[in-house]
Amino acid sequence: MEHIRTLNGATLKKSAAHGGCGECQTSCQSACKTSCTVANQKCENEENR
Amino acid sequence: MVHTFEALGVYIAVDVNSGAVHVLDRAAYDALNALIAAQGQDPDFSQKPQGAGPAWEELKALYDQGLLFTRDDYIDAPAMAYLGEEPPIKALCLHVSHDCNLRCRYCFASTGDFGTGRRMTMSFDTAKRAIDFVMEKSGKRRNLEVDFFGGEPLMAMDTVRRTVEYARSVEKAHDKNFRFTLTTNGVLLDDETIDYLNREMSNVVLSLDGRREVNDRMRPTPGGQGSYDVIVPKFQKLVAKRGTKDYYVRGTFTRENLDFAADVLHYADLGFRHVSIEPVVSEADRPWALREEDVAAIEAEYEKLAAALLERPEVNFFHFNVDLSQGPCVIKRLRGCGAGCEYVAITPDGDIYPCHQFVGNDEYRLGSLYDGTFDRSISQRFAQLNIYTREKCKTCWARFYCSGGCSASNLAVNGDIQIPHEIGCQLERKRLECAIALRAIRAGMSE
Ligand code: SF4
Ligand code: SF4
Repeated sequence: MEHIRTLNGATLKKSAAHGGCGECQTSCQSACKTSCTVANQKCENEENR
Repeated sequence: MVHTFEALGVYIAVDVNSGAVHVLDRAAYDALNALIAAQGQDPDFSQKPQGAGPAWEELKALYDQGLLFTRDDYIDAPAMAYLGEEPPIKALCLHVSHDCNLRCRYCFASTGDFGTGRRMTMSFDTAKRAIDFVMEKSGKRRNLEVDFFGGEPLMAMDTVRRTVEYARSVEKAHDKNFRFTLTTNGVLLDDETIDYLNREMSNVVLSLDGRREVNDRMRPTPGGQGSYDVIVPKFQKLVAKRGTKDYYVRGTFTRENLDFAADVLHYADLGFRHVSIEPVVSEADRPWALREEDVAAIEAEYEKLAAALLERPEVNFFHFNVDLSQGPCVIKRLRGCGAGCEYVAITPDGDIYPCHQFVGNDEYRLGSLYDGTFDRSISQRFAQLNIYTREKCKTCWARFYCSGGCSASNLAVNGDIQIPHEIGCQLERKRLECAIALRAIRAGMSE
């Protein structure tokens, strides 16, 4: 494509299939303790890679 | 739903429901915005509109591939059944000390005692009960988290050490894996404590507000002296010896330092690589509270910070660290922080609260480790919170990144854990835009 470049694909849709194991870190524990961007958490589930 | 924005000179479209992110040139950006203006979020691609330029074909191609204007169908996905269940408790904020050796002016814990007038540390017996409690309540979850918090947790190091030792001695038998973290103001750090923390804590959060004058104005000692000169060398020593383990130097910005990008860069100049600075959470009537009229300046400051960090790739600013492709699964993103259901705070008396920010608020006291009470009606209210039950989040483009904001700050500002704090939302969205733009530029996608 000439006008558009894709930085990231449909990764959220894919994660719906394997997600929900609940093993990842609680978001508020990581750094902020006052807000909760979850998008910077790590996924612990190998199947989601 | 598609969200378009410009940040750092890059034009971006986020396809909210699929997680796809596209970098556009000006022609495509204008074409996409014109399409949304004319046809809304569900445009018809079966016919090329009159006057549409060549970028339209590219938009159509993305649409056909499920990368633009996708629908939110998670609500029907089987995984959503998970949202109806009350999750097991797997993370604790252990308030080992309701006492502090600083007197930070904005402290939500009323400088340690949480407004109780009683300064105390947690006994090992209480901490042991907390460990037993989380092992029992965590069901099949294996990874359990304990954050030593306060007040100032280094004032209760004996309890910290005995708690870690106890948890390690029982985790295998219960098939659990404890991860410890600790949040400290640094005043009591000595060589021995530094080595201990570097060995036992998977993450340490080091509180510092940036430049000396900013830090010392907000974070004085009980005698009114500044704390910067005492703590900075200790933090530097800790970080130098920490190796590759996680840490964050973390501060708070207020109305009194809206030029906080300088504070983040100051962290970097001090040699800290993993850094964060958070908007103050406070009642609206405080002089340092952020106001609606400050939002534009703060947004500009985030963009300024993002631009400056382009030149400092070694610095990891927490809120710009958004992993687009490998972040948490969508299910995690629906529910967010988990306060009050997955995560609880325990006071030195053994009382249980939804999270550290609720401690001392009687209405939200969940129960006690001593009499075995646990009020499920409160925890269920928290368990039901997700981006579909919070009205404002349902239509917000940032919902899968933010996951519904902070209940405590919603309560502090709007008197309701469900109603997002508007200023907080505006800042969250701006941080995300900066984070995504930074990713695009670093991937070489800016012209
Ligand atoms: S930014 Fe605000 S409205 Fe949007 S998802 Fe977060 S809390 Fe909800
Ligand atoms: S309610 Fe707010 S402070 Fe409490 S855990 Fe959630 S995001 Fe963190």
